Amino acid sequence: MIEWLTQPWSWWFSGIMISGVMLALLFFGKSFGVSDTLRAACAIGGAGRRISFFNYDWKNGLWNIVFITGAVIGGFIAHQFLGGAENGVRISEATLQDLTAMGVQADTSTLAPTDIFSWENLFTLQGLIFMVGGGFLVGFGARYAGGCTSGHAISGLSNLQLPSLIAVIGFFIGGLLMTHLILPVFLSW
Amino acid sequence: MKKYLSFLIIGIVFGITMTKSEAISWYRIQEMFRFQAFHMYGIIGTAVFLGAISVALIKRLGIRDLRGNPITFNDKQMSIPRYLFGGFIFGLGWALSGACPGPMYTLLGNGMLVFIVVIGSAILGTLAYGALRSKLPH
Repeated sequence: MIEWLTQPWSWWFSGIMISGVMLALLFFGKSFGVSDTLRAACAIGGAGRRISFFNYDWKNGLWNIVFITGAVIGGFIAHQFLGGAENGVRISEATLQDLTAMGVQADTSTLAPTDIFSWENLFTLQGLIFMVGGGFLVGFGARYAGGCTSGHAISGLSNLQLPSLIAVIGFFIGGLLMTHLILPVFLSW
Repeated sequence: MKKYLSFLIIGIVFGITMTKSEAISWYRIQEMFRFQAFHMYGIIGTAVFLGAISVALIKRLGIRDLRGNPITFNDKQMSIPRYLFGGFIFGLGWALSGACPGPMYTLLGNGMLVFIVVIGSAILGTLAYGALRSKLPH
């Protein structure tokens, strides 16, 4: 079984497991939504004294902080003991060619290109845009939209929520615009 | 404490799944937004397909949670600008960082510690939203 688990997982098995995570949380009386932990971080840091949006009882979301702690540990276990992505992320040849053509050192033995995502690159313009800028937009947008991929694309769509469908359409408009029009410019800098 | 142990275990399963499915990889997100493979669409599609059947069954059969309370689903308040603009901004960031919040945490466990900066920045983005909230169309 360990041998089977250490192979890269197929899309269908991964999808089954993610819906299983969502269902398990429902059976424990909670709903799947990771970006709530970012709001909790603001509340824990005392932002509620100045900004009423963060003035709420974050302790009700303690379970979610435990959950993401598990997500970190799960990443560690998969990386150390289940092979991680040791044989390289198996992206398509077309994607590899596109990224290489834009000057990305597409070394797929790591999960993200280390010429962009590394400490050495953090204080370059490119590093600031991809890591600091990217993170900021994810945090801002997730709270504005009231959820991220887990809350809207998985939980919301499973509950046939029209607002979640609008949010997911927004995710894709933003993602497509960035990927096809803006990213090539950033990568040329 | 026992209750929290359950959430820790579910989180571990989630982290392993996100890693072994490669959904936490910047490369996979690029591939998805370039429509060059079915992989990410298959993952999300399968999860939503099974999720929708499960949610419908839970509602139809009135299934209760482990404490015996009915499982309830809150309908999200309808708005177009909030979800479209918020989603749009999120999408820009998703394509840049290659990680939505769940993967950001899981990448740390995979040894990509520089993603602590991405998480810190996402917290700042959340803070900025909270500060500007009353001025944004919802």
